[in-house]
Amino acid sequence: MPELMHKKLERSATGFMLAIIAAASVGGIVEIAPLFTIDDTVETVSDMRLYTPLELAGRDIYVREGCYACHSQMIRTLRDEVERYGPYSLAVESQYDHPMLWGSKRTGPDLARVGGKYSDFWHVAHLNNPRDVVPESNMPSYRWLGTTRLKLSDLPLALRAQRAVGVPYSDEMIENAAGDAYGQAMPDSEQSSGVTERYGEATQVSAFDAVMTNVTEMDALVAYLQVLGQLTRAAYENTAAPEQMPDPDN
Amino acid sequence: MVQLTTRERDLGAIILIALAVLGIAMAAAGRNDLLGIHGAMVLLYSLVLLFVLLSGAFGAPPSPGRLTRYYDDPIKIGVGLTLFWAIFGMFIGVWAAAQLAWPSLNFDTSWASFGRIRPAHTSGVIFGFGGNALITTSFHVVQRTSRARLADQLSPWVVLFGYNLFCLIAISGYFLGVTQSKEYAEAEWYADIWLVIVWVTYFILYVRTLARRKEPHIYVANWYYLAFIIVVAILHIVNNLAVPLSFAHAKSYTIWAGVQDSMVQWWYGHNAVAFFLTAGFLAMLYYYLPKRAERPIFSYRLSILSFWGITFFYMWAGSHHLHYTALPHWVQNLGMTFSVMLLVPSWASAGNALLTLNGAWHKVRDDATLRFIMMAAFFYGLSTFEGSFLAIRPVNSLSHYTDWTVGHVHAGALGWVAMITFGSLYTLVPAIWKRERMFSATLVEVHFWLALIGTLIYVFAMWNSGIIQGLMWRTYSPDDTLVYSFVDTLVAMYPYYIARTFGGLLFLIGAIVAAYNVWMTVRTPAAALSLDEDLPVIEHPGATPTPAE
Repeated sequence: MPELMHKKLERSATGFMLAIIAAASVGGIVEIAPLFTIDDTVETVSDMRLYTPLELAGRDIYVREGCYACHSQMIRTLRDEVERYGPYSLAVESQYDHPMLWGSKRTGPDLARVGGKYSDFWHVAHLNNPRDVVPESNMPSYRWLGTTRLKLSDLPLALRAQRAVGVPYSDEMIENAAGDAYGQAMPDSEQSSGVTERYGEATQVSAFDAVMTNVTEMDALVAYLQVLGQLTRAAYENTAAPEQMPDPDN
Repeated sequence: MVQLTTRERDLGAIILIALAVLGIAMAAAGRNDLLGIHGAMVLLYSLVLLFVLLSGAFGAPPSPGRLTRYYDDPIKIGVGLTLFWAIFGMFIGVWAAAQLAWPSLNFDTSWASFGRIRPAHTSGVIFGFGGNALITTSFHVVQRTSRARLADQLSPWVVLFGYNLFCLIAISGYFLGVTQSKEYAEAEWYADIWLVIVWVTYFILYVRTLARRKEPHIYVANWYYLAFIIVVAILHIVNNLAVPLSFAHAKSYTIWAGVQDSMVQWWYGHNAVAFFLTAGFLAMLYYYLPKRAERPIFSYRLSILSFWGITFFYMWAGSHHLHYTALPHWVQNLGMTFSVMLLVPSWASAGNALLTLNGAWHKVRDDATLRFIMMAAFFYGLSTFEGSFLAIRPVNSLSHYTDWTVGHVHAGALGWVAMITFGSLYTLVPAIWKRERMFSATLVEVHFWLALIGTLIYVFAMWNSGIIQGLMWRTYSPDDTLVYSFVDTLVAMYPYYIARTFGGLLFLIGAIVAAYNVWMTVRTPAAALSLDEDLPVIEHPGATPTPAE
């Protein structure tokens, strides 16, 4: 009988196409739609801050260079990962990430909590030539970032587009985006106070690449790397224990 | 040769001029952005095609007799494009693999660094090689199984050249640094919109051709091509919804964020595997396997079971890419459950294919082309088993983030997707060019062994490196501390990275051998083969074919 029904279905292209759409839609709808409606999918925290324009620019460079192809930003709920990288990642930590950069492969280590772990100087040296600081590394060198000026004029548009997809940047933040990026990388400039006013006292204002003549892509990328895992303290206050995997030797 | 009528030529010229204008607009608006470079490329691409189109404008009008034959000219160009992208994509893959072993091979340039060429490799092989193979074979299969000529002569070219423009813009973008970072969907918003236009044209052409069919039933290969076309459209549109900085900027931000984006991306990513790399290639299997083996498909019932099983179950499985992450537990478990169930329809397909060969195993022994198809079915069974296995949470805790995943993907991509494609091409090329056989059976044999040995070296290297690294990451000393630093585990990978580069190189050489063999086949004079068997059904001889029903 089912075979006969199918023989009938096969005679109609329209019917067959509708059946394909029906069969293929269920899984996605059941798995994706509730992620927007179930409230505890993303934790509510009070101290979550936004990326500064400079950090957002750094994030865009991270995307452009395909860093996500080798570095994850998602510490799993496994004991060895928590001990190696820090508290496991919470959904709220990537709440404003368009797109998320959880990654799928660790040719290099996870970067979800790399912020604050190394000095700016270390990051610059490492990006200029990874083998200068980690002789065994197979990471490409990113020398040209230090000599490429960051395009500040696009930043207001970038923040505006971020707001359009749901990141709560204020008008003031958008207006001052270029100045804020400049100020964050130029600690002595008059613009630097505005960054901490708008994005919080914890924002790191620093001459990231140690060169104060202009804002480079190196400044932006290091600023981004230094904020990874620092947008909220929620993960450190989370007390649920990670899962322990069975030890293969026992 | 392409038999375009004056009307079709005019329409084609209008489309190309419109595209050239669009290119100029993009180049002008995006002159301070990478978008401008892509605008110039669109302009150049449309002008070259316009020149080719117009250079034949004053030739003889096409003969009315063309409508009594299948329209195979786009297929011929498609075969060439498929082989071009195969060699390009695999070369970039070998290069990327070599960079992991010898990082200075990017010559300190931005465009050749690993993070940029990796998407160029994945898109080059999946969309360049795989996509062109799917479009090309679908044009062949839909005509033969419907006993009807393609519905018109212009839209196949729009689909083929439009699709390759998408590939060109997408892949050149990755070298330039234009990417939205969504795995296997890195192309930016304007390339995505263009692909939607091409895809709708493809869909309409396909359905119109099916509507002209002279067989009451739609053959099983067409079910898979239909599922491929329809579901890829859904996945592509939902995953790529984004807001650009402006119409003058290449950069955009996806509307999805964080945990929802992770689910959307892997719902897309896993079903790109399902409906691009599985459904479409199963369509090839269901046509070229029985054709080559000269045996009917073993079981109609298994075909139905596996088709609907794959169409329904696969869409649930994406979340197995997100085990132990911040994605809610219930979604992870659903993904795992459906991934395991997916083994049933997958093995139904693989078993159906292998059982079809019963009674034809002597041909498998003698004919390397059929052996390609057989080996593809075998690797399909192997990698779907491995996929279900890796989707189990505790197994995934070991394999995820390691080279085991990469090995699994390549067991599928090299062993299944590429082998079924080469098996199909070796069947299709002599048929389309009306040759008795390929130029050299020996070279097909050489290619088969290069492909098989290359795949095995690659996959074994990645199994080893993945499992070793996964175990090293979680090794504890007796006093309960982690034994290995991350760099210790990286050092352990180097021998395997060299081995995998070598395996990939063998596979690449095989593809070059294939391209040479196809070229020589095309160049040898056509045999005086009778055309009588390979013709569409025309109800009233001499009259223009009309759609069925």
